[in-house]
Amino acid sequence: MATLAERLDAAWEPPRSLYSTLASVDHKVIGKRYLVTAFVFLLIGGLEAAVIRAQLIHSNEHLLSPEAYNQLFTMHGLTMIFWYAFPILSGFSNYFFPLMIGSRDMAYPRMNAFSYWCFLLSGVFLYTGYAVGLGPDRGWFAYAPLTERLYAPGINMDFYTLALIFLTISGTVGSINFIVTAFKLRAPGMSLGRLPLFMYGTLTASFSIIFALPSLSVACVFLYLDRKFGTHFFDPTGGGSAILWQHLFWIFGHPWVYIVVLPALSFVSMIIPTFARRPIVGYSWNALGVVMTGVIGFGVWVHHMFATGLPPMAMSFFSAASMTVVIPSAISIFVWLTTIWQGRVVLTTSMLFALGFIFLFVIGGVSGVVTAATPFDWTITDTYFVVAHIHYVLIGINLFPVIAAFYYWLPKMTGKMMSERLGKWNFWVMFVSFNLGFFPMHISGLLGMPRRIYTYPAGVGWDTVNLITSIGSYIFAIGVLLFVINFFWSLRYGAPAGDNPWDASSLEWATSSPPPAYNFAVIPTIGSRDPLWEERLGMGRRSSIHEGPTLEEHGKETLLTSTLDGEPVAILRMPEDSPWPFIVSLALLAMFYGLVTSVWGLALAGGILTLFGVHGWLWPSRAMVEG
Amino acid sequence: MSAHGGHAGRERTWLVWLPLAALVAACSDAPSMLRPASRPAHTLATLGWWLLAISLLVMLIIGILLLVPAVRHRGSTLANTPLIDTPPKTKWIIIGVVLTGLTLLGTFAYSMVVMGETVSPGERPALTIEIVGHRWWWEARYPRTDASEGFTTANELHIPVGVPVRLDVASADVIHSFWVPRLHGKIDVIPGRRNQFWIRADSAGRYRGQCAEYCGLQHSNMAVYVTAESADKFRRWLASQAQPAAIPQGGEAAQGLQRFMQTCALCHTVRGTDAKGAVGPDLTHVASRETIAAGELTNNRGNIAGWVVNAPSIKPGVDMPRIDLEPNELHAVVTYLETLR
Amino acid sequence: MATASVERQSVPVDRIAGVPVDDLPVGVGGTASTAWWGMTFFILTEATLFAYLFFAYYYLGSRHSQWPPNGAPELKLAVINTIILVLSSAPMWFAERVVRRGRKALFGYLLGAVLLMGIAFLIIEATEWSHQHFTPATNAYSSLFYTLTGFHFAHVTLGLLMIVELLFRAFVNRIDSRRPLAVKNVAAYWHFVGFVWVVLFLTIYISPRVW
Repeated sequence: MATLAERLDAAWEPPRSLYSTLASVDHKVIGKRYLVTAFVFLLIGGLEAAVIRAQLIHSNEHLLSPEAYNQLFTMHGLTMIFWYAFPILSGFSNYFFPLMIGSRDMAYPRMNAFSYWCFLLSGVFLYTGYAVGLGPDRGWFAYAPLTERLYAPGINMDFYTLALIFLTISGTVGSINFIVTAFKLRAPGMSLGRLPLFMYGTLTASFSIIFALPSLSVACVFLYLDRKFGTHFFDPTGGGSAILWQHLFWIFGHPWVYIVVLPALSFVSMIIPTFARRPIVGYSWNALGVVMTGVIGFGVWVHHMFATGLPPMAMSFFSAASMTVVIPSAISIFVWLTTIWQGRVVLTTSMLFALGFIFLFVIGGVSGVVTAATPFDWTITDTYFVVAHIHYVLIGINLFPVIAAFYYWLPKMTGKMMSERLGKWNFWVMFVSFNLGFFPMHISGLLGMPRRIYTYPAGVGWDTVNLITSIGSYIFAIGVLLFVINFFWSLRYGAPAGDNPWDASSLEWATSSPPPAYNFAVIPTIGSRDPLWEERLGMGRRSSIHEGPTLEEHGKETLLTSTLDGEPVAILRMPEDSPWPFIVSLALLAMFYGLVTSVWGLALAGGILTLFGVHGWLWPSRAMVEG
Repeated sequence: MSAHGGHAGRERTWLVWLPLAALVAACSDAPSMLRPASRPAHTLATLGWWLLAISLLVMLIIGILLLVPAVRHRGSTLANTPLIDTPPKTKWIIIGVVLTGLTLLGTFAYSMVVMGETVSPGERPALTIEIVGHRWWWEARYPRTDASEGFTTANELHIPVGVPVRLDVASADVIHSFWVPRLHGKIDVIPGRRNQFWIRADSAGRYRGQCAEYCGLQHSNMAVYVTAESADKFRRWLASQAQPAAIPQGGEAAQGLQRFMQTCALCHTVRGTDAKGAVGPDLTHVASRETIAAGELTNNRGNIAGWVVNAPSIKPGVDMPRIDLEPNELHAVVTYLETLR
Repeated sequence: MATASVERQSVPVDRIAGVPVDDLPVGVGGTASTAWWGMTFFILTEATLFAYLFFAYYYLGSRHSQWPPNGAPELKLAVINTIILVLSSAPMWFAERVVRRGRKALFGYLLGAVLLMGIAFLIIEATEWSHQHFTPATNAYSSLFYTLTGFHFAHVTLGLLMIVELLFRAFVNRIDSRRPLAVKNVAAYWHFVGFVWVVLFLTIYISPRVW
């Protein structure tokens, strides 16, 4: 008789082959793919930034033609905002959602694979355009009518609209998956009030995506139709409106800012209690603050449009809303601060990045308040001040927590510890050079330097600040490189991590590192917010981590529980590996290539193949039961 | 720094305690919003300094709150630090959030007061200039007044000092944004829409600005200059700009005019001649401007010649095509343009 | 090594929170199922998509003194279409109920009725397009008219494909009284598509006559 682990392995871990590579639905495999792919996009976007900074290092530089520069800054923005900042968070969420809630996979494992393939292939699609010299060149915000066929005749901007539509499929599918997983697949006993804070960020972001991404899709469809079929949505000469694009884009765009930071904030809410050696102070405050941010985030988009000539009443309202959204962020910050004050800080690399992040969050936050002060925004909007702000948000509030999360959770994923010594160098190089490079951008903005210029004349006073910015950004690149080195070092020389190297409190640390394909040999039952600490916190033993049902009778199984309280409802049979997600995303890729090149036959073929793929995917097995 | 009169002293006291001072003061020609030259720009800059002060204070406080617990127990490791099971005290969260809320409230109130002071001039503007943004230059239409006929010029505005000037902005193609940092904030220039804005200069001088909304290939080279001058000088400028161009009688300039009419007139206007093209800038008094190509080149004989012959190599993407001229024709055309004072 | 530590620590028991595991059903239908949740959120995001389309319609309308520029569109065909699509929800509703009672033939007829009504809707819609005196490229209003109705057209088509799929599954015995979930989900989608049409009808055909 095979042991329990052998039987579970047989059910959950198919033998390795090309098929199992393309057909895998294991959330951990998909999570790792997300992380690696998004990190590669980060490196590509960083390379683009390096060239941009070379062009701007002093006045009248001629390294790049204006066309090359415009493509570069557009690709840099698109890559970082869409193909790095959100997918990297999805990677962590994919890997850790089931592990943190004591499940064996996501609610829709095949959708999960599909979401990844769409993410990857939409990026491939975007970079196809760039590779053949037809990369988008109108900025990531793509203000009409500069993007209309009359002013942008090449198919560059068709790559933009279609790549984004392709990507929204990935984001939407992924978000529904996160929501349903968090609501239905939690271990018994894990009521919503015991949900790890990690999940509140991703859950809020997922809801935001459901309501925000359609706005981007509509905007991109309109623009595509304008460009390919001569409609007039954004064409003022045909009764359309240039401002309509801005509304649609920012109704999506501002929630997107929170979508790419809220999950990152929640990573920090996991890391800080671990290294403050105490449960978080203000759990409910923090959860509520995150949800509030997501909600209020839908009411502030017009602050991107303060210079478009709005009536003062409208500007006052959106200014007030934009200041209000600071309150829930302040809640998070004070939750972390009180936690470290009431705890005892152990300064690991991960904690350093988390604390550094809080400081950068404050800078990005106050510069956000500065831009929300309407009249002052008339002076700084569209200048390098806003470039500084967006980088404090995206690097400070996304990349720093992401690196903190890597130092924290990579040992779980690889089973190997990273070097703390190199890690501390890593932190200080990144932290110092980031401020050296990006803080002066505030000043270039105040000195009157507009965004998106490929060159500037001598004698207007922007040379020194730009030189400092370029130097800082190059050192920052070295900092990122140190992280990559540390990662590869750990794979080779890292000490074994063990199950719980940080003596942390949440469920993912209860299984081995790396976890087996089935995550948990028995389904745990949860009785508190900190299941691995509860005895030492004097709460007694409320959870049952290593005792539970094995759920192995019919192959791949996990538990479905009730939405609010996590009462057991049913045993769920999980799908086997499936080639359909990959096939369908390939069909979509073909369709998008057809749409961008106006080869309608290819587009049609891709569309039909997609439908057949979905049919094959959803075809129920004879054994399927619905209870 | 003498150019901005009454505000200079106050500004300097601010600058003393800021490391930015060196950078700000380094450059006399910088279009820096920290060197306001008008009442609204000064109000905005003051708001900016206050926001900066509050921001720095917040950063300082949070920085200390982070640093102290981080270094207080240096040497703590996971092995030697037991779990802490004291009950959580959320009082400090509430205090922090309330303080943040009050600060935000104050900031909001102050910024609304500033908005009231700067959104409109508060007095009747002395004049309204119509601004039309083009890829990649600025058209300025001056109205008919008792001092002069109406006329059109490009890229270099003149305004009387010490009075508000209304701007009526529109776009001929894509979105631009009109911005002269030392005079006021910016206003987007949006096709299909007319926006109203105003500027003012409280000390005489020449102020640089440039398009602030990304408008394509040459967004970087779309500067505008505003010259603020005394009422007398301004009136004289208006009168001279309103004059039609003088017609050269014989000589190289006359040949130049002839050649000009064959090619350049298709796109450019020179009042007083049959050149009535509306694609490029009005050239009636082009020689009176200090720059050409929207601030990219100094206005001198060599630059004009280079621009006429091969504008696309200087400013890729520009509508002005290469013009094939024999050397003597080029000389003649440039000589003619130089007469357009 | 990884599996070893899990194996070492795990103690299998056959109760969860006091409930014997054997008492739990394997698989679940209805509103507790993940499939139903998935469809709900899919509909939610689709509804949002239409909300933004309507936003675009009203936004551009608010910026015109005359909207639609050449008067409200013809009502007749649209009214017929509204009746057809709203009525088609009825056989869909019944189909969902009869499949649970195992009446497969009736189920097939009811779905067939929905299918025919949906096809009639598409044909009438296409007829209306061909009779319009404007194209998508005429002006912003015409662009919106065709895009809104076109988006909805595509959704009806997708709904019909789902119904064809249901019929096919019923034919090869993959849908029965024990497995009615797919029918429930398709029905939800079909009702949603009908609801969107009503909003669209009120927006495009009625609102210009009211304001």
